[in-house]
Amino acid sequence: MAECHPVGFQWVMEAKARGATVIHVDPRFTRTSAMADLHVPLRAGSDIAFLGGLIRHVLENEKYFREYVLAYTNAATIVSEEFRDTEDLDGVFSGLDPRRRAYDFSSWRYEDAEVSAPSGLQEMRPEERDRVRGAARGEKHGSGGAEVSAGPMRIRTDETLRHPRCVFQILRRHFARYTPETVERICGIPQETFAKVCELITENSGRERTTAFVYSVGWTQHTVGVQYIRTAAILQTLLGNIGRPGGGILALRGHASIQGSTDIPTLFNLLPGYLPMPHADRGRDLEEYLRAETVRKGHWGNMRSYLVSLLKAWWGEAANADNDFCFDHLPRLTGDHGTYRTVLAQLDGVCKGYFLLGENPAVGSANARLQRLGMAKLDWLVVRDFSLIESATWWKDGPEIETGELRTEDIGTEVFFLPAAAHTEKSGSFTNTQRLLQWHRQAVEPAGDARSDLWFAFELGRRIRAKLADPAYRERHGLDDVEMDRPVLELTWDYPTEGRHGEPDAEAVLAEINGRDAAGRPLSSYLELRPDGSTSCGCWIYCGVYADGVNQADRRRPGSEQDWVAAEWGWAWPMNRRILYNRASADPAGRPWSERKAYLRWDESRRRWVGPDVPDFDPATPPDHEPPPDATGPEALSGTDAFIMQADGKAWLYAPSGLVDGPLPAHYEPQESPFANPLYGQRRNPVRSLPPPGREHFQPSDGERGAQVFPYVATTYRLTEHHTAGGMSRWLPRLSELQPEFFCEVSPELARERGLEHLGWATVITARSAIEARVLVTERMKPLRVQGRWLHQIGLPYHWGPNGLTTGDAANELAHIALDPNVHIQEVKALACDIRPGRRPRGRALRELVEEYRRRAGIDEQTGRQM
Amino acid sequence: MGWGDLLGRWPVWRQLTGADRTGRGAAARSAATDRLRPRTADADRVVKSICPYCAVGCGQNVYVRDGKVVQIEGDPDSPISRGRLCPKGSATLQLTTGPARETRVLYRRPHGTEWERLDLDTAMDMIADRVIKARRDGWQWTDDEGRRVRRTLGFASLGGATLDNEENYLIKKLFTALGAIQIENQARI
Ligand code: SF4
Repeated sequence: MAECHPVGFQWVMEAKARGATVIHVDPRFTRTSAMADLHVPLRAGSDIAFLGGLIRHVLENEKYFREYVLAYTNAATIVSEEFRDTEDLDGVFSGLDPRRRAYDFSSWRYEDAEVSAPSGLQEMRPEERDRVRGAARGEKHGSGGAEVSAGPMRIRTDETLRHPRCVFQILRRHFARYTPETVERICGIPQETFAKVCELITENSGRERTTAFVYSVGWTQHTVGVQYIRTAAILQTLLGNIGRPGGGILALRGHASIQGSTDIPTLFNLLPGYLPMPHADRGRDLEEYLRAETVRKGHWGNMRSYLVSLLKAWWGEAANADNDFCFDHLPRLTGDHGTYRTVLAQLDGVCKGYFLLGENPAVGSANARLQRLGMAKLDWLVVRDFSLIESATWWKDGPEIETGELRTEDIGTEVFFLPAAAHTEKSGSFTNTQRLLQWHRQAVEPAGDARSDLWFAFELGRRIRAKLADPAYRERHGLDDVEMDRPVLELTWDYPTEGRHGEPDAEAVLAEINGRDAAGRPLSSYLELRPDGSTSCGCWIYCGVYADGVNQADRRRPGSEQDWVAAEWGWAWPMNRRILYNRASADPAGRPWSERKAYLRWDESRRRWVGPDVPDFDPATPPDHEPPPDATGPEALSGTDAFIMQADGKAWLYAPSGLVDGPLPAHYEPQESPFANPLYGQRRNPVRSLPPPGREHFQPSDGERGAQVFPYVATTYRLTEHHTAGGMSRWLPRLSELQPEFFCEVSPELARERGLEHLGWATVITARSAIEARVLVTERMKPLRVQGRWLHQIGLPYHWGPNGLTTGDAANELAHIALDPNVHIQEVKALACDIRPGRRPRGRALRELVEEYRRRAGIDEQTGRQM
Repeated sequence: MGWGDLLGRWPVWRQLTGADRTGRGAAARSAATDRLRPRTADADRVVKSICPYCAVGCGQNVYVRDGKVVQIEGDPDSPISRGRLCPKGSATLQLTTGPARETRVLYRRPHGTEWERLDLDTAMDMIADRVIKARRDGWQWTDDEGRRVRRTLGFASLGGATLDNEENYLIKKLFTALGAIQIENQARI
C-alpha cells in the first residue's frame, strides 16, 4: 500500500500513531513492510492456506463474534444433504462433471430452498449452464444478486450451530486441516510467526475493536483469485469486521476510475450497475431475462425498474411497454467474451477491428506476444493515448520484428493513432477505490488534434448514425438490413456541446446517468426508479449523483470543515453511503456494539436511525421490523437483515450459489507451481479457464516430468514511481529518472545459486518467452522453507516495454492465460520460471532458447491441462 | 548600516540567539528567500481537479496562466489526501504539458513502413466507415445453434479505467447499440 497507494497509506500511519498494529503479508519486503509492526513473507499463490489457517484458529479457539455471527450471517443455515465437501472428495466439491470441467451446483444449495441460485439455471440443460457460467456471471452475483430461494423463504436454521449440516459446522470441518503446520508447509510461514498473526488479529476484533484487511491484485490475479477474497470475507464476517468503522475488506484499485469503469462497465458481461448482459439462453425477451436474473428479496428484487430505466435512457421514445422497452436491441452473450478470448478471436480472424482507449496490452496483458500477434491479424486498429505506446508501434519496432517472426511489410493492419486529452483538458468524474465519485474540472482546451474520449465516442456515433441514415450511403455499401441498424439509429444521442472543439457537455451525460422522472426532473435516489418506463436512469447505483440538478460529485466542502466521514466531499454510490452494510455496526436491537465503535444507532424517541452516514435502508425502519409475508424486494427485508443486497439478508460464510468453483474456498496450487498440493489429491482449481490447445504452452508442475526446469516462482508488481504498463510514466523525465530501468529482485542466496551479480543482467525464462532484466540482489527477498525445500522467489515490476524514456522488457511476456473461472483474470502473481545470468539472446535465437526450455521440460500441447 | 544590523543578518547569529535553534527555519531566511515567489502566485485561475493515476483519488489544484497549465499541486481541502501527492501525482504537470504528448493524428496504412499524417476529420470519417464494415462482416443474428444473439464479433474495444465515468458510459452505450460485446477494460487484468 505504501508503494502503490502512497497517499492512502497516510491513514494507516495515522492509525498506527494512535496505536493500531500494522501487519504486512507479502512475498517481498517493501516500503509497507518497513512501516509495519510485522512483515510476514509467504509463498506467492498460497494465501488461501494462510487465511484458511486464520479461519481455523478463529473457529477452534472460539474467537468469533458469536452475537454478530448469529444475527447477521448464514452460520445457522442448514445445507442440502446432497452437498459433499472437498474433505469428502479429495479436493473437489459435489457436482463436478470432469468431462465438461464444470460444476453443477444444485447440490450446494440450502436445505428446503426450492431452487438454488442463480434461479433459472436449474431449468437448463448442463451445456446451457456451462455457457451461462462462462459469461462471468460471478460479478453480478458478487454484488449480491444470487438467488437462494424461488418461493417465500423457507430456509431451515439451527441457532445452536450444532446441526452437522449447518454452515458453521461445515466450515469447521472444511477448515480443520488448515493447521499451523499445514500453513507452514504450504506458505513457508514459521509457526511462531503465524501464531503471532492469529493473536494480533483476534485480539483486535470483536465488540470493542475492528480489524481491516486491505488487498489489491496480489489477491485477484490467480486462477483461484475470487476465492482468495471469499476466504477473507469469511474470516472478517466471523470476526464481526464487516459494516463497522475500522473494518472491512478494502480493495485498493490501481487506475483513477477503474472502479467507475466497472460500475459503468466497459466490460463484456455487464450492463451499467452490475446488471448482467443478456445471455442467449436466458435473455430471449425481457420477461425471461428478469425471471432468470431477479431475486425475490433485497434490493436486487427491483431489477425490472433498474433495467427498464436503463433502456429508457438509451432508447428514449422508442422504448415502450409494447416493444419490451427495446430489450431486443441488446446483443446477447453465449460464453466468455473477455479480453483474452478477444485476442484468440483476433488470431482466428473473427475480430477484425480494435479500439485501444488508454490501455496498452502489448505490455500490460498476460502473454504480451500473443496480444501483438493478435493485433497483427487485424484489419484496423485505433489507438487513443498520450504518446506512442507499444500497442501503437509494434508493427514497426515490436519484439516480433526483432525475432523475425513478423515483417513490417507483411502486416496488413491499418493503424490510426489519435491523441487523447488529459484530465486537465476535460471535465468529468472519476470513481475512486472507495466508491467515491469526484469531479475534475476542465482547466484548458486540449492542443492540436487531442480530444477527450467523450468527444471521440460522441463524434464517432454521430458520424456512424449519419452514414447509416443516408440512403445513398446505404445503397453504395449494400446496407440492406435496416433492422440491424435500428438500435443505433434509435439511440438517444443528442448532447449539448461547448468550447472550441465542440466537446459534449460532460454534466449533461452525468445527468442522463443519474436519471430523470417523467417530467424530466433529476431523480435523487434509485428507490424512485419505476418499472413502467416513466423513469430513465443510465446507471441505477449512480442515481442521486445529480440530485436536485446539482453535480454532487463536484461537492468540495473542505475536509477540515467536516466530521471524519466527510459526507459533503464528492458523492459515494449508492446514495452517498460511505460504509456499506452499516446496519451491522449496531446490534439486532439497534444499539452500537460498543461505544468505542459506534456508527449508526436506532433513536427510539425520534423513531429513526441516526449517525454520521446514510443508513443502508429507510432510516425509519425499526430494528424489530418484520416484513409482511408476501413482501418482495427491499420491502421483504426485516429490521435485522443487514446484508441488504443478499437474497436472504445475511452475510454468506458459505456461498450456496454465485461462484462457479465452489461454495467454499480451498487451497489449490497455481497453474504452474514447483510444489505439490499437500492438502488434496486435486492439485489445481479443477474448473480454471484454459485457452484452447494450440495457442499457448503451459509448464509441468511438481511431480510431473520436467517440472525441475522451472524451479523458481516469479511474481509481478508495481513501483511507486511508475504506473501500470507505463503509458503515463515511462515518457516522463522525472519518473523515469526515479526508476530508470527494469530489474528483477532476487535474494543473495538465489544470486549465489545461479551466479547472478548485483546490477548485472539476468534472463528469466518461462514456456512463453524469455526476458532480460538488471539484477537487484537484496535481502528484501527472503528464501522460504516450503515442503522441506528452499524456495526462491523473484520480483518483477511489470511497467516496462521497448518505448519511452526508460525502456526494458515487459514482464508480461512470461505470463500465461490460464484464468480465474469466475472473472477471467490471469494468473500473473505466481509464475514458475527459471533464471540465469546474462542478457537474453537477440533475434531468432530468443525463440530458440524458449524452444530449448520447452524441449527440456518435455512440454507439449497437453502439458498443464490436466484437470 | 551598523555592526548590529550586519550581525543580525548573519544566520549563525540568528540561529544561536533566535527561536530557530536547528537553523532550518527563520534563521536561514535571506533576502533571496524573501524574493522567491511560488510558481502558483501568478496564476490567473486555480481549477479543482483529481489525480489521474491511481484510485486513491487525491485532490489536485491546477494553476492556469494565459490559458496554459503552469503548475499542479495537491489540494489541501481534500479529506482523502489533505494536500499530499505521491511521485506520480506530483509529476502530473509533466504528464499533461510535457513534450512526450502527441498532438497530431498519425496513420499507418496496411503494409506501410512509416507513420503518415492525417487530419482528424478524415481519420474520424475513415474510422466510422471501418466500424460500419467490420460490424457488418462480423454480424450474427443467431449463433451456430440458432439462438438469437443480434450482435457483432467484428470489432472489439479495450480500455476505460483511465477515463471518466461519462466517457465509459458513452463508449458502452454506443458500442452496445452497435451490437458489439467484446468491450473490455483494465478491470479484467
Ligand atoms: S497522488 Fe499518488 S496516491 Fe494520490 S491518486 Fe495520484 S497516484 Fe494515487
